Amino acid sequence: MSEASLVVVRGLRRDFDISRPWLNRLFEGQRRLFLRAVDDVSFEIAKGCTFALVGESGSGKSTVARMVVGLLPPSDGEVTIDGISMQSASDSGSRQKLRRRIQMIFQDPYASLNPRWRVSRVIAEPINTFGLLKGEAVTKKVGELLTLVGLHPDDGDKFPHEFSGGQRQRIAIARALAAHAEFIVCDEPTSALDVSVQAQILNLMRDLQKEFGLTLLFISHNLAVVRHMADRIGVMYLGRVVETGDSRALFARPRHPYTRMLLDAVPDLDMSGRQRTPVAGEIPNPINPPSGCTFHPRCPQANERCRREIPAMIDGVACHAVEEGRAG
Amino acid sequence: MTETPSFPEPVISVRNLVVEFATRRGPLRAIDGVSFTIGKGEVLGVVGESGAGKSVTGSAIIGLIDAPGRIAGGEVLLHGKRIDNLPAEEMRRLRGRKIGMIFQDPLTSLDPLFRVGDQLIETIRTHSDLSASAARERAIALLAEVGIPAPERRIDGYPHEFSGGMRQRVVIALALACEPDFVIADEPTTALDVSVQAQIIALLKRLCATRGTAVMLVTHDMGVIAEAADRVAVMYAGRIAEIGPVRDVVKHPLHPYAAGLMGAIPTLSSEADRLTQIPGAMPRLTNVPPGCAFNPRCARAFDRCCIERPEPALPSAALAAREHVASGHRVACHLYTAREDAR
Repeated sequence: MSEASLVVVRGLRRDFDISRPWLNRLFEGQRRLFLRAVDDVSFEIAKGCTFALVGESGSGKSTVARMVVGLLPPSDGEVTIDGISMQSASDSGSRQKLRRRIQMIFQDPYASLNPRWRVSRVIAEPINTFGLLKGEAVTKKVGELLTLVGLHPDDGDKFPHEFSGGQRQRIAIARALAAHAEFIVCDEPTSALDVSVQAQILNLMRDLQKEFGLTLLFISHNLAVVRHMADRIGVMYLGRVVETGDSRALFARPRHPYTRMLLDAVPDLDMSGRQRTPVAGEIPNPINPPSGCTFHPRCPQANERCRREIPAMIDGVACHAVEEGRAG
Repeated sequence: MTETPSFPEPVISVRNLVVEFATRRGPLRAIDGVSFTIGKGEVLGVVGESGAGKSVTGSAIIGLIDAPGRIAGGEVLLHGKRIDNLPAEEMRRLRGRKIGMIFQDPLTSLDPLFRVGDQLIETIRTHSDLSASAARERAIALLAEVGIPAPERRIDGYPHEFSGGMRQRVVIALALACEPDFVIADEPTTALDVSVQAQIIALLKRLCATRGTAVMLVTHDMGVIAEAADRVAVMYAGRIAEIGPVRDVVKHPLHPYAAGLMGAIPTLSSEADRLTQIPGAMPRLTNVPPGCAFNPRCARAFDRCCIERPEPALPSAALAAREHVASGHRVACHLYTAREDAR
């Protein structure tokens, strides 16, 4: 599997400095404070596949996404894309070559498009930045891209505010495809959209993925959307991946108690009246996370070891209860 | 208008409600002839996409439509008495005592400068003649009831000291403080994570069932409706497209829009490769097409749909028998009122 992986993420960690200003610390005798948003996250994405990260707010999904595309330097760990490390590609030439192959689609299509630019300029930006085409060819390419995402070539003359949320997300997709990116990071691409529009965008993304053989990192809090889109899934809790596996298997047989809890919490549209374990508690404050396994205060299977020791990822699950065979 | 027999006593009735907003280009009709009733202890879910008029309906019922908006027609009755034409001061007294409200964002519906206890006590004392200490006792009991741990200590906390889920619990305690007969919950769980959402829905449902409170639950999330509501109204472009018992609407939607909406939702159990897609988007309210507002996007539209506006009605008897339609399931679609040959 490893040789076919386009994206390899190893031991990614990110700390944010949340200390008070220096002078305050001096007078109030406080120490520096760090928030560990992402801790020891590793995964691989095979070429042409979709890997999804799910988790609740504050679990570190978006921070991982930003580190993978290089918007945020990791505190530790490495992101390798097609064998080239994002961190060690020191000369700007090879880094730029790498950057062209990575694009990102953001959550809020109202904030991710420059309101003062016409759509054609928004979409042409990556083409011009990487110097892929010149003159008339750019205009032609923009028209093709607009048609590809279900808009009209004439729409390029409009401004972003003239479009609805779903249409704007289509523009963002066209921009991501403009530079022939192979790897697209989608951070909650449909959570700002209505369900019928969400269905249009998800269908479009799947069609384009098939057509161009795109590799996707899909970030979402919506388990049903993830189930629909992903081949493999990583479940995050408080900065760590607690369970990872094949999408189908993970939904059919969730093993980590947190994954089970998440799946149980999803409203039941089939109205089968299935028995559900009530969910307890909320995500704790990441500034002062619980000791050991960070899920232990909410976990029905926690014991003394869980309070002490951080569980290692064994066979796709990081849980002492699963490891010891205590989880039912 | 037939109602499900288990909720015989309507607490709130909305009849032919019309809400208009004055704009430079003339009045804009946000709500166009919406009618429904909610019985004692019943939860009516109102779903629809952004701009369908769900929240405006809720605001109109509690008299919180600000200029340039106004109720241009129809009536709202609470226990059979009209409340849509009450003077502002009388309406203010009604809100809180008879009608409770829960809004989407728990941080903006609590005052950040006051302790949550003070906000609860203020609400309780405004609407009852309890003494300060009795009101505090009552506030602590309420916080305990909505599942806030150590309420006698937390009552002196400020809103920012509570997490999102805990804040929404406080808002629910506020809404239920005076034992209202009717509660409007406008997207109560949209700002919350899924695990917390499940807790809040369960709480809301349990509290309203034990008190016999009628609830109007406004949301865009079909899952929440399936979980919490007894009946559901699907809104589209300011009108009710379909209304009926939740099980029937979710499992066997009749209106093409409702059916498309259900198919568009990815579920945990579905194996479908593609989601059902409704082409286009909801029309702008300035530009609602004549006839059925859904006709430009509807795959089953025929000529009558472009001319005549369908009214919510019981499907014809033959159809009802064939499609297993439950009583009280009404749909605003010519497919179900038209002659058989029109289908």
